[in-house]
Amino acid sequence: MTVSPTASSAATPILRATRPRWGEQVIVGGLFVAAAFSVLVTGAIIAALLGPSLEFFAQISFAEFLRKGIWAPRQGEFAVFNLVAGTLNVTMYALIVAIPGGLGAAVWLSEYAGPGARKTVKPILEVLEGVPTVAYGLFAYLFVTPILQRIWPTFLPGALGEPPGIFSSGAAGLVMGIMLIPTIASVSEDAMRAVPSGMRQAAYGLGANRLQVATKVVVPGALSGIMAAFVLGVSRGIGETMLVLIAAGATAQFTLLPNESVQTMTAFIARTATGDIATGTMDYYVIFAVGALLFVFTFTMNMATIALVRRFRETYE
Amino acid sequence: MKSSAHNRVAQDSARDVTDRLLSGGGRPGAVKSAVFQAAVLSCVLIAIVTLLAVIGWAIVAGWDRLDLNLLTQMPSGMRSRLQTSGLQSAIVGSLMVMAGLAVTVLPLGIAAAVFLEEFADQERWYTRVIEVSVQNLAAVPSIVFGILGLAFIMRGPLSFGSVVYTGSLTLALLVLPTVIVTSREAIRSVPNSIRLGSMALGATRWRTVWHQVLPVSIPGIITGAILALSRAIGEAAPLIMIGTATFVTFNPAGFFEGRFTVLPVQIYYWSSQANDDFHVLAAAGVIVLIAMLLSLNSFAIWVRARASTDY
Repeated sequence: MTVSPTASSAATPILRATRPRWGEQVIVGGLFVAAAFSVLVTGAIIAALLGPSLEFFAQISFAEFLRKGIWAPRQGEFAVFNLVAGTLNVTMYALIVAIPGGLGAAVWLSEYAGPGARKTVKPILEVLEGVPTVAYGLFAYLFVTPILQRIWPTFLPGALGEPPGIFSSGAAGLVMGIMLIPTIASVSEDAMRAVPSGMRQAAYGLGANRLQVATKVVVPGALSGIMAAFVLGVSRGIGETMLVLIAAGATAQFTLLPNESVQTMTAFIARTATGDIATGTMDYYVIFAVGALLFVFTFTMNMATIALVRRFRETYE
Repeated sequence: MKSSAHNRVAQDSARDVTDRLLSGGGRPGAVKSAVFQAAVLSCVLIAIVTLLAVIGWAIVAGWDRLDLNLLTQMPSGMRSRLQTSGLQSAIVGSLMVMAGLAVTVLPLGIAAAVFLEEFADQERWYTRVIEVSVQNLAAVPSIVFGILGLAFIMRGPLSFGSVVYTGSLTLALLVLPTVIVTSREAIRSVPNSIRLGSMALGATRWRTVWHQVLPVSIPGIITGAILALSRAIGEAAPLIMIGTATFVTFNPAGFFEGRFTVLPVQIYYWSSQANDDFHVLAAAGVIVLIAMLLSLNSFAIWVRARASTDY
């Protein structure tokens, strides 16, 4: 932009480009296309899921899909409830570990750790977040499961007292829970650090100790961010594939026990779709129907997370 | 007055605390507070100990097969040849997938980040739609990207078949949000005075971005890109879906031809075998995978430490 010389004498100088920059317009247009590509990918995911799912629901009714019964696609039994239950089973045990663990780690990082400790611990947690899930799966399958089999509290009543077999939702859930700690910790910690330090100082000034500041000022103040972290944790747990595929087994059954083998929605998809699956068969359509259900679950939770994060940003920034 | 009432509360509690400290009773709730501190610290320690346990276990379990054969030999399914079975085709496959991924996702992600940071009108509805879809894509399960890859890239509209670039493109879509978010942070950290100074000298907005903003933010962008690559290199689920073969005894013929496999899928295949000898191989494979990841991460940290510009 340049100031046109004739306007310099006027009271208000007229600022305008000397000539239109068409090359610039083309570049910005290209950048916009690159940015809009994410919307295209979201649309493509929905389109990819929708087509075959509609084919599936043309043959199997909604009610038959969403019922409790037997899941055996090869035999024409499509009660997806067992897969949903398997997913919930593993995710539930993961959250029992990940919610207190992630929240505790976030409180320590934001309220107790000195700058030096933070600088050391945060990269370690980032590495932990980056370990491939296939490695966690193997660790759960070959290391955690044998330990659980040996130390299982067999005095527990009924089916709960039996040691787990080589596949168990408990081993997968336990390792998944630890895997989710860094995710929940980093989102919660962001929210906790957004709580103004004036609020902490006021509480300390009133004689509160660190425990009281953390639990009565910081955690309530960062609540919407912490909720977002929990929802993100659930979403990650539901979507996790390799860990449950390796360690939780392939028995599609309705159980909430930790010592049973279960099949999750993701594990079913990965086990059934191995690239050479024939297009146009029920086997092919059913993975899209289960995938669509998975996408609906995680999409709902992602939207909730985005809304919650926006809320805590708006509160303090 | 309200504020004087607040002051009185503060004075009272301050006096209360001081009295207790002087009378030797300690701070109220000191024991509870110490227990709490130990509890939150142990949460961090559990996570760190598990990380060490995963690495330590893999080294112990895979020790017997940590040799050069692991890197130089092809996978073998025969039990008699397990001692010399290796990962060569998987390592080459992984590196080729990463190369295809990098050339695809970096231009796309950086361009999107530049648009969102430098040119987008934040008030417009389409900017909001783009931002929400980036945030949403970041949390879509990787297996769903596998479904997309199966239906639209391997088959369907693109129909590349089960080749290296199908894997690259599927993973590119998966890590695109990560690249966009980290590049945006790098671009945002460039002070506005640089932009204003450049434009005051007569540069257009694009020239300002190209000659001033991007060169300064390159280290941050590279760091983010490496983190995205290191996430992609460990992904197995989407690649299983696009037909990454579980047993390939030759290196991929090219980006658009020939069967291929990658490290995490090979590890999964070995872990699903009943024979314990295969599990040793799988653990050795985990070490190779984690070693690749840690070297990528250290490189990212090195870039960040070396090239950070202070204003």
